Amino acid sequence: MRWRTGTITDIVKRSPTVSSFFFSTPEFLPFVAGQHVAVRLTAPDGYRAQRSYSIASAPETTDRLELAIERLDDGEVSPFFHDVAEVGDEFELSAPLGGYFVWRFADPGPILMIAGGAGIVPFMSMARHRALNGSDVPMLLLFSARTRRDLLFRDELLELSARSNGFELVTTLTRETDAPAGVLTGRIDAATIERALSTLPSKPARTFICGSNPFVENAATHLVDAGVSASGISTERYGV
Amino acid sequence: MVTRGFSGRGNRAPEVQDRLPPGQFLESGFPVLSAGPTPRIRTEDWTFTLKDGVRPVKSWNWVEFHELPQTKMTRDIHCVTTWSKFDTFWEGVLVDDILADAGLEAPTEYTLAHSYDGYTTNVPTADLVSGKAMVATRYAGQPITADHGGPARLLVPHLYFWKSAKWLNGLQFTQKEELGFWELRGYHRYGDPWREQRYTDD
Repeated sequence: MRWRTGTITDIVKRSPTVSSFFFSTPEFLPFVAGQHVAVRLTAPDGYRAQRSYSIASAPETTDRLELAIERLDDGEVSPFFHDVAEVGDEFELSAPLGGYFVWRFADPGPILMIAGGAGIVPFMSMARHRALNGSDVPMLLLFSARTRRDLLFRDELLELSARSNGFELVTTLTRETDAPAGVLTGRIDAATIERALSTLPSKPARTFICGSNPFVENAATHLVDAGVSASGISTERYGV
Repeated sequence: MVTRGFSGRGNRAPEVQDRLPPGQFLESGFPVLSAGPTPRIRTEDWTFTLKDGVRPVKSWNWVEFHELPQTKMTRDIHCVTTWSKFDTFWEGVLVDDILADAGLEAPTEYTLAHSYDGYTTNVPTADLVSGKAMVATRYAGQPITADHGGPARLLVPHLYFWKSAKWLNGLQFTQKEELGFWELRGYHRYGDPWREQRYTDD
């Protein structure tokens, strides 16, 4: 693996637990929406830690790479990013990784994307990629978060769905009973999946699910029960 | 390149560091990573097939498989996503014992492991025999749960853990090295953690 230097150019808080870190790199590394990048940190005594983070920016945005990082309190690297990292700091970045949980706008649709919390990040890259290419592939994003403050990227997603060109957004909040207008409450269940599938013009050609392992298991089980072929379902599970 | 302000929380004790391949950290949990939905296979429906090329050599059902010699193995495991877990305890059947029961000497240098969900991974035959690998049916004294690959998964603990295919239903000897699911998608064909063979060109 060749490591390259990435310099933080901006930090933007996206939710109470997630911030976007924008990196500039000497050369732009082409990637596919859905891929991730490994970040390597080195201590003065040579000790190293390496973690992968999904890319939120679109492949078309070549001047900066956006990684959205969720703070895991017992983690080693994510609290460092949230508490210590500043604009101007340099990190070692890997080439873009992952050749499976990816989507190109020329791929057949419809596309169903199901996100749990910070699992939204690779879908931002996919949704932005779709918009920047003027694609009208039917795409539905089912986004589950704890509270409305955890609906990161919500304004941008609402703007994309307001364009009425085939991008639909359904959100649900699991820890609020009094949700804003148009937002569901409760965990994803059979009814949520049924509703999502009925929003699409036909069965999804491909379904992507990203989130914690229990979240992914639950959503995938309901999808398979609803008759969606397991071979068309791709999952990304945030374990550590 | 030293990262400004980073000291790292990882355990620096030599007895830990000496057991961690480069770039790995010690994890106490057991994260689940898989590329699709978890297949649910009932043990009464489970079969395991050994193939030489396209030719099935022998199949075992769950009961027959448990009549083979059972072996225990305690090993450190290393996931390519950089976590490692020490002293994981497995029970199952050594690949050697599967071959012996089939009356087969390993016929080729290459093996492709197959899973119920269509997943495949390639492992050199030499890395599966001589007590190096097993088909595990129990973890930590319990049946392996579905999300960790139950009823049975391959265990090749000296290679990155994606080689230890979940939901295993067969081993196939191949004339040439045929790349598996992740090996076709940017991951290393061999995957030795101690040489940090994570990605294709490592």
